[in-house]
Amino acid sequence: MSVNWFKYSSPQTFFPLAGKLAFWFGALAFLACAAGLYIGFFRAPTDAQQGEAYRIIFIHVPAAWMSMFLYIVMAFWAGLGLAFNTRLSGMMASALAPTGALFTFLALWTGSLWGKPTWGTWWVWDARLTSELILLFLYFGFMALQAAIDDPRRADKAGAVLALVGVVNIPIIYFSVKWWNTLHQGASVSLTRAPTMAATMLAGMIVMALGFWFYSIALALMRARCIMLERERASEWAVEYARGSA
Amino acid sequence: MMAALRCVIHRDLLLAVRRSSDVLTVLLFFVIVASLFPLGVGPDPALLRAIAPGVIWVAALLASMLALNRMFASDHADGTLEQMLLGATPLGMTVAAKVLAHWLVSGLPLVLISPVLALQFDFPQESLWTLTLSLALGTPALSLIGAIGAALTLGLRGAGALLSLLVLPLYAPVLIIGAGAAESAVSGLGGQAQLLLLGALLVFAGAFAPWAAAVALRISSE
Repeated sequence: MSVNWFKYSSPQTFFPLAGKLAFWFGALAFLACAAGLYIGFFRAPTDAQQGEAYRIIFIHVPAAWMSMFLYIVMAFWAGLGLAFNTRLSGMMASALAPTGALFTFLALWTGSLWGKPTWGTWWVWDARLTSELILLFLYFGFMALQAAIDDPRRADKAGAVLALVGVVNIPIIYFSVKWWNTLHQGASVSLTRAPTMAATMLAGMIVMALGFWFYSIALALMRARCIMLERERASEWAVEYARGSA
Repeated sequence: MMAALRCVIHRDLLLAVRRSSDVLTVLLFFVIVASLFPLGVGPDPALLRAIAPGVIWVAALLASMLALNRMFASDHADGTLEQMLLGATPLGMTVAAKVLAHWLVSGLPLVLISPVLALQFDFPQESLWTLTLSLALGTPALSLIGAIGAALTLGLRGAGALLSLLVLPLYAPVLIIGAGAAESAVSGLGGQAQLLLLGALLVFAGAFAPWAAAVALRISSE
């Protein structure tokens, strides 16, 4: 049996599928986040050293994971679009960018909320914080570039080049920042948490990470649906859909 | 092919000489930005000595970014760029030649004047070499990375501000390592390790940036 790998690579066939997937992933995201928050707030024990303040890691760590992961996913779709000239890949890349930026911002914000009671300061120029901040700028750059270009095909391609250049640069940025930091100041703040983590804490974090993952998929698909409708507004199926839902 | 590249470099240099005020503007910007810092933070020599590498590096970075807009803009406006896209010379090589010419015009003057600025900051004289060398290795890398941004934003509205948003995060490693070289030279550690890293960054950027910029140019002039 031959499989048509490109069946869902056209907006017309992908649009209804994306709608269904977005719904189910959204539902899963809701369940996983609810379960994760329940474990985080009611099941996980209070940390011996950090007290209750540590509970923000149930948001913070998954958000930081997703922020980095989504950039790589975005660059993957961008590269695919550049290589195979598929329309949907570029749409997926631009649909992922705002969610990635949101998680980067969340990671920075919750990190500083956690830093104030634990370290006694909102912000330190730590390697991870600094490279996360630069990652946020990279997301902003990607979105600003796409917003400045009127022609969507050119916007996709230009954004793809930028995303790929960024993904090559991320390890360089991370290591240079890390090295700069250790060069400038000794480890006044240790980021290493308690070496042994209670199993419930880890479980809560992993469930939350799954929830964020599903949320990103659902949101990206919903945003991709909007982009598809907007770009294909002249085509028959889009007109039909708009008429049907009006 | 080499003849074509020499021709591109010669042409760009000639154009720059004919419009020498453009070159001087960038240089003056560098000098003025660096001179503003003592006015802002106060004339304490110890403080100035401490911030000198960072200030000079940031000023050089901003000045070289300011010049990026011009890298492809006039060629784009008068149609020369299209001929380069169509020409037989590989576009990546043409871009590399243009970047080299651009650096000779906008980067090299900054490198040459930086020791004078460093003296204003009471920078130790025995470390001047390291600072100058770090700029000599770092500014071409900035021009190479910036070429990608300049190619991507070619012909867009608000290209200037957008270009800085795209390029500045990518400049971070060069800035960190470059300023670090001068700083560890001052503190007596010697800046060799950072200079070697800067050289590695320059080689890496030299190998890949012209190619990425060429792809971006093709996208921009479709």
